[in-house]
Amino acid sequence: MEIAAPQAAVPVIELVGVSKSFGAIQALKEVDLSLYAGEVHALVGENGAGKSTLVKILAGVHRPDRGLLKINGEAVELRSPAQAQAAGIAVIHQEPTLFPDLDVAENVFMGHQPRDRLGRIDWRRMYREVDQLLQSLGVELNVYLPVRGLSVADRQLVEIARALSQDARVLIMDEPTASLSPREVDDLFGIVEQLRARQVAILFVSHRLEEVFRLASRVTVLRDGQRVITAPAQVLTPEETIRHMVGRELAALFPKEEAAIGDVVLEVRHLTRAGVFRDVSFQLRRGEILGLAGLVGAGRTEVARVLFGIDQAESGEILIDGRVVAIRSPRDAMRYGIAYVPEDRHQQGLILDFSIAKNITLSILQRIARFSLVRSRQELKIAADYAERLRVRGGRLTQPVRALSGGNQQKVVLGKWLATEPRILILDEPTRGIDIGAKAEVHRIISELAARGLAILLISSELPEILAMSDRVLVMHEGRVSGLFSRAEADQEKVMLAATGQNSRESR
Amino acid sequence: MSDSSEVKPPALDLEASATAASPSAPAVELRRTRVTASERALAHLPGWLRSWEALLLVLLLLSLVLGSTLSPYFLSASNFSLLISDMMEKALMALTMTLIVIAGEIDLSVASVLGLASVVLGYTWSHGLALGLAIALVLLLGAFCGLVNGLAVTRLSLPSLVVTLGTLALFRGLAYVVMGDQAVSNFPPAFTNFGFGTVPGTLIPWPFVLFIVLALLFSLLLHRSTLGRQIYAIGSNKEAARFAGIRVDNIKLLLFVLSGLMAALAGVVFTARFSNARADNALGFELDVVTIVLLGGVNIFGGSGSLPGVVLSLLIIGVLRNALSLADISGDIQNIAVGALLILSVLGPNVVRRLQEAASRRHAAEAGPGRLARSARSVPAEVGASARERETSH
Repeated sequence: MEIAAPQAAVPVIELVGVSKSFGAIQALKEVDLSLYAGEVHALVGENGAGKSTLVKILAGVHRPDRGLLKINGEAVELRSPAQAQAAGIAVIHQEPTLFPDLDVAENVFMGHQPRDRLGRIDWRRMYREVDQLLQSLGVELNVYLPVRGLSVADRQLVEIARALSQDARVLIMDEPTASLSPREVDDLFGIVEQLRARQVAILFVSHRLEEVFRLASRVTVLRDGQRVITAPAQVLTPEETIRHMVGRELAALFPKEEAAIGDVVLEVRHLTRAGVFRDVSFQLRRGEILGLAGLVGAGRTEVARVLFGIDQAESGEILIDGRVVAIRSPRDAMRYGIAYVPEDRHQQGLILDFSIAKNITLSILQRIARFSLVRSRQELKIAADYAERLRVRGGRLTQPVRALSGGNQQKVVLGKWLATEPRILILDEPTRGIDIGAKAEVHRIISELAARGLAILLISSELPEILAMSDRVLVMHEGRVSGLFSRAEADQEKVMLAATGQNSRESR
Repeated sequence: MSDSSEVKPPALDLEASATAASPSAPAVELRRTRVTASERALAHLPGWLRSWEALLLVLLLLSLVLGSTLSPYFLSASNFSLLISDMMEKALMALTMTLIVIAGEIDLSVASVLGLASVVLGYTWSHGLALGLAIALVLLLGAFCGLVNGLAVTRLSLPSLVVTLGTLALFRGLAYVVMGDQAVSNFPPAFTNFGFGTVPGTLIPWPFVLFIVLALLFSLLLHRSTLGRQIYAIGSNKEAARFAGIRVDNIKLLLFVLSGLMAALAGVVFTARFSNARADNALGFELDVVTIVLLGGVNIFGGSGSLPGVVLSLLIIGVLRNALSLADISGDIQNIAVGALLILSVLGPNVVRRLQEAASRRHAAEAGPGRLARSARSVPAEVGASARERETSH
């Protein structure tokens, strides 16, 4: 059954029986993986399945405790990332790490700049070669531009060009599409196809299955540090793959329950913040989930930040229960019953060194205090209540949230905001980076909250999530509202057209 | 014990802990590298002995031993009374400095505020202002100095390191403007008695009583109050704190005002103790204050630290300076020791963390002999073959 890897009998790179532990935690258990020249091999698994550890072993960051790493059939030991690079292995990161103040060409050739006879950097040759390299990929990118200010997609291209300039034969792409827009994803896939044609071996790490099946010739599923299966992509279905990933059957998505939709709680009129978004208007009702769709950078998060008092709008009005209000700080917003679960869990949502309990009660300190002194028993009681309701697992309440999985961390953030007993809940990418099992649970929670009468604004870049959860879908494109659809009207195509600005504005 | 640690915690995010662990972390005895013999020896100590506070206790004992060998007078009650008395200004300022550093900022201007407070007190008193009023005025002035620092940090978003380095020079300069190189020393006995005197029937200096009261108050504030919780939150993650509705800027402003107020109070104590108001009073004290706080285990980047640790480190610095003075070593030379401790205190927690990691690795390695035996067979060619089978089995 080696049909999917026809060219070479010997894999370019191969892991045989690789195990790796960190302290008491076994991250990888006797994992085998082979990569052949000219194949795209997808590596999938839930968060915590061991994908990152495997990538880091291939990249020379970690060394396996047991097992072998073979390159072209020969066992080798990669002691450092530099050695892995020298062996022709390159990693494209989700958020590329480049030198922001250097230009594109300098980044591509950093560390191996072409030299002239005197040993000086041959600048002309460098810019010419980078230009040629990018052109050969069909990419139009000014090689003189500093990397600061480039989009994530362009920075990934720089990393790819960098890998090619070093004659990489193995390219590991670690969740490369996580922060790309659909168009950028298409462009990236075009380039991956070209690399495949150039006989580069590609390991594509992702948990977006539709991308995996678009691109990969073989799929390897990891679960709990072990390889569950490796199979050609054409014999697997997404449903099967998910089953292998979670080890159980799973409802695909959790649709919203019917909930009585009540009065308008929040209304936004002609809200404008210069250079960020313009003339945004919408209404949000009790028990309603309003999906806010759009591409990355369309201004959705920016609207949420203004509603929560982090930033200020320049013009327009925000009405709560029909009355115009001024929201100048998160504290103001909280007083009006607004809660905001932010996009960046680690930077904005949580204090990673604080315990679960301390995180949950951070927004309601007054309520757990008497004479401004924290009452520990009261604190633990409230925290336990929310942790139980949201089914936070994986640690005692006094453990730092740092040790929790992404899904459980997100539940702690939700708990923190539900503790404020909000009436309006803004969720910004609530399921980003959490595994499928936890995702369904978060969807269940959101749905229950709406059923209990919360008004919910759901920002998400995942269309299936928006379509399954929302009563109405508001779409933004480049800072403006470009569409508003009822649950019945909304489908993938209409929303996508509005998000890319290709519909006329008649749908308002 | 070893059984329980083999059970994998169910919902732990493996990837997160993988990145947190040191890349060199070996889980198996075979590849133990980089863990030195001394680290291993220390890793066998029980948990509380590996804490920073335990290290401070050892340091304190060492400096006590050093003191008693350097001078026969060291271990006398009157010397300890003197030693404590000598630390009081630094001790007071360390209380507020602890809060500020935990919140992720720093206030280098404290010794200059002290000096300014001292000369203004002397100047207004010698120009006929009632002493009580002069003290009130000086405290107000200190709070104002703190307000200036705080506003520059919060409203202008300047780094506190730079702002307070500037005001360190500025406030000290103002002190010279007020009084030049003159001094006022004819304070009334009631005032200086507070500085020199002790609680009747004991050798406990009055300023120490003031410090104990304030230290308890600050411990309560930092470790039990909602404000304390918010201070830790701000120091750990300013943005998340803001997103949780904490008024980050207001709290920082308050801390700087408190710091200025406390420095002025220290100025009053200093003036009383020496019956002397001069522009160069307490010159360079900020070195000791910052050292005390960092040696006490407060993270220079904010977010962690405790007042008990700071009090321990206060005693260490006090004992050390006193012992060196008894041995006729000048203050400038003493600064070498204090400076070294400052660097040690930033370096130290890293070492402690390494030890703790070494210990947890040791536990992990001991936990799984069965696992080791089972997997010893993995690797050779026949496994590779069976791997290929599995790969294509679907």
